[in-house]
Amino acid sequence: MNRVLGWGLGIILLIGLGGHAALAQSADPTAAADAYVNAPHDWQMWLPVSGSPMEARIDWLMKYVLWIMTAIVGFVGLLMLYVMINFRSGKNKTPAHFTHNALIEVIWIVIPTLLLAVIIVPSISLIYYEADDSSPYMTINVTGHQWYWEYSYQSVPGLDYTSYMVPDDKLQPGDIRRLSVDHPIVVPIGKKIKFNITSADVLHGFYLPSLGVQRYAIPGTVVTSWTIIPKVGTYYGECNQICGVNHDAMPIEIKAVSMDDYMAWIKVAQANYVMNSYAPHPLSSPLPVNEFADLAVTK
Amino acid sequence: MSSTTHDDHIPHEQAHGDHAHGDHGHAKPGFVRRWLMSTNHKDIGTLYITSAVIAGCVGGILSMIMRAQLMYPHNHIVSSGTEWNAIITAHGLIMIFWMVMPALIGGFGNWFVPMMIGAPDMAFPRLNNMSFWFLVMGFIFVMLGLLIGDGTGAGWTIYPPLDNAHYSPGIATDFSLFSLHLAGISSLLGAINFIATILNMRAPGMTMHKMPLFVWAILVTAFLLLLAIPVLAGAVTMLIMDRNFGTSFFEPAGGGDPVLFQHLFWFFGHPEVYIMILPAFGVISHVVSTFSKKPVFGYLGMAYAMVIIGFVGFVVWAHHMFVSGISTDSRVYFEVATLVIAVPTGIKIFSWIATMWGGSIEFKTPMLWAIGFIFLFVIGGATGVVLANAGLDQELHNDYFLIAHFHYVLSLGAVFAIFAGFYYWIGKMSGHPYPEFWGKVHFWTTFIGVNLTFFPQHFLGLAGMPRRYPDYPDAFAGWNFVSSVGAMISGASTAVFFYVLYRIFTSKEKLADNYWGEGATTLEWAVPSPAPHHTFEDVPVIR
Repeated sequence: MNRVLGWGLGIILLIGLGGHAALAQSADPTAAADAYVNAPHDWQMWLPVSGSPMEARIDWLMKYVLWIMTAIVGFVGLLMLYVMINFRSGKNKTPAHFTHNALIEVIWIVIPTLLLAVIIVPSISLIYYEADDSSPYMTINVTGHQWYWEYSYQSVPGLDYTSYMVPDDKLQPGDIRRLSVDHPIVVPIGKKIKFNITSADVLHGFYLPSLGVQRYAIPGTVVTSWTIIPKVGTYYGECNQICGVNHDAMPIEIKAVSMDDYMAWIKVAQANYVMNSYAPHPLSSPLPVNEFADLAVTK
Repeated sequence: MSSTTHDDHIPHEQAHGDHAHGDHGHAKPGFVRRWLMSTNHKDIGTLYITSAVIAGCVGGILSMIMRAQLMYPHNHIVSSGTEWNAIITAHGLIMIFWMVMPALIGGFGNWFVPMMIGAPDMAFPRLNNMSFWFLVMGFIFVMLGLLIGDGTGAGWTIYPPLDNAHYSPGIATDFSLFSLHLAGISSLLGAINFIATILNMRAPGMTMHKMPLFVWAILVTAFLLLLAIPVLAGAVTMLIMDRNFGTSFFEPAGGGDPVLFQHLFWFFGHPEVYIMILPAFGVISHVVSTFSKKPVFGYLGMAYAMVIIGFVGFVVWAHHMFVSGISTDSRVYFEVATLVIAVPTGIKIFSWIATMWGGSIEFKTPMLWAIGFIFLFVIGGATGVVLANAGLDQELHNDYFLIAHFHYVLSLGAVFAIFAGFYYWIGKMSGHPYPEFWGKVHFWTTFIGVNLTFFPQHFLGLAGMPRRYPDYPDAFAGWNFVSSVGAMISGASTAVFFYVLYRIFTSKEKLADNYWGEGATTLEWAVPSPAPHHTFEDVPVIR
């Protein structure tokens, strides 16, 4: 008897869950972004997979500089090994007494200088590339708060919402602990997005490793950066400037979707976020986790 | 009191005659008089080194707590973010101001600068004593900043607004800020003392261009302190005013600017980096030369490389602020200026190798530390060149790649130089030899431990793990675990160090004046071991 009841309940639950999920998916215009998740992986040893042309350039320059540096470290290491083996007291009983060699001293000034020049040229062009936030398709105002982010879309009147980390005990399947948030930034793919970054209280750091974006959020000042995300997917970032007790609990999540999905999302978001226009609430209070699922049910 | 004690001891002195090193013509002071009111540069140096060991243990325990917390994600060794932030702040401040600086500048500087230039003592012995006790008061304050209430939780960079009265209301932050004032006064007075000593009290014949490189290093360092500390003092004073007296130097609401603090802090903070590493360069030059049994290669190049590093070190500060919204052209300038420092640093590295070239190298413990220093400093320097690229710093700023970088130059650089100096000079300071075997065990355990701790942090940084996080996404768990295991090994190596100390101070063996032999040519090797209370009976004449 109990067993039958158990099975029955189980089946009902399953149907319910499935239906809920299906409903949620059909109503969530950002669902497509779940297919590709650009997040750190176990034992990762290199930069993230480039999510933006800017990160791709950083990745290239990083390899370029690091290979030069590895060559230098390797050269110095081998030189030291050679010296330690050949001039150990066991092998070389009587030390030499030279203290000068003009040629070698000139060489070890000139060659490092040339190497620096080789690094500086592409490096400076990257600085100007990163600084070029002109003619964006859209601008998002990013405001850091203790301890959440606030996003306001300049081109969408009234679209201003907060983004909290999903706390450990509220994680849903597919969420990433300490990276997933309740309301991600949603942007269209292939368009230049400018961020106007500021803070409402202390310093924060708006840091998106897979997109190569990082700027401090400074109260009283707007600092800008920009990105273009070519691929539909979910990208993550974190607060990277100490901001108090929950410094590690205000990650950033960006969903890049097709223009159609983005337009659809704006409508959903406007209907909800503007009305709800979340007042700052402490992390301890219950969070509206997975807003889209709730939204789908109420519809 | 003093006169009677003095008279009582005169017969005792005469009886001992020449063998009574330590107190020719003077009373042997009691414990309080000798250690609390000391005006002797060697005793003050010993006090500095002792306090550096104590502070190093405190800072080390804090880092063990941090690595224990980070060993696994979602860990609860540290109970709250507040506690975590207080620990990271205190770790940074203590290790910089109460461990590395006192050991290298106050400790070895006091002990050996007067000796190396043939001076009887420091120029201002009472000022010297005052420097030390200011440092001790500062240490008490920084500990109060850690332990009172919620502690100071703004990181060692103490950026406002996080440490203003609104976001850090407790008195702990005021203690930490005042501790910087006290450490600053201590360093400033010490710097004045070193400059006066080195410029005025060199023995006849000891021209500037004959000064040992350690003396050059301390001279450049003292000038850096003299110019940088007042800027820190100004910034800290403004913070204290903002916190307590309603000013708004750094409050946007009152027309202030938090970025101004960053400029002031790093105008001090970047020279501070060289304040920590230049004396280390000096120590390494002596050790490498001694154990290669060869004079230092390119002496003038070595000396002026340090002068150039010190000078350029003052005009690169905003490379710490590449993501603080400074203008594009500023980023270009600060990148190029920063990279320039690689050239004089390269001169130092290559000159050390050239010093070893053709030598007859003995791998005694100090030399192991020195070689370890050179190689690991090159790795730290290489990642420094990476980070100097403003375009790359946009990706790497404030993440674990940076943590790995500056621990490679400090924890594996400055600290290795401290140990190199310790093993090199402990016989001169104590009169007893260190146990060679255990010294080498200490070196190898530390070498393995610190590399295992900090090398994986490069990977964490590249993967995007931010600094000052007590908990992190699970993907970072692997390398954090490795790093924590490395930290445990480093921690265990400290026990070996204390065993070495125990062996030194229970040793009955006496050392000769110059126990390193032909390679050791500076003046401290011409006096007995341990160096007598009054170093020189007659003014030494150089050549």
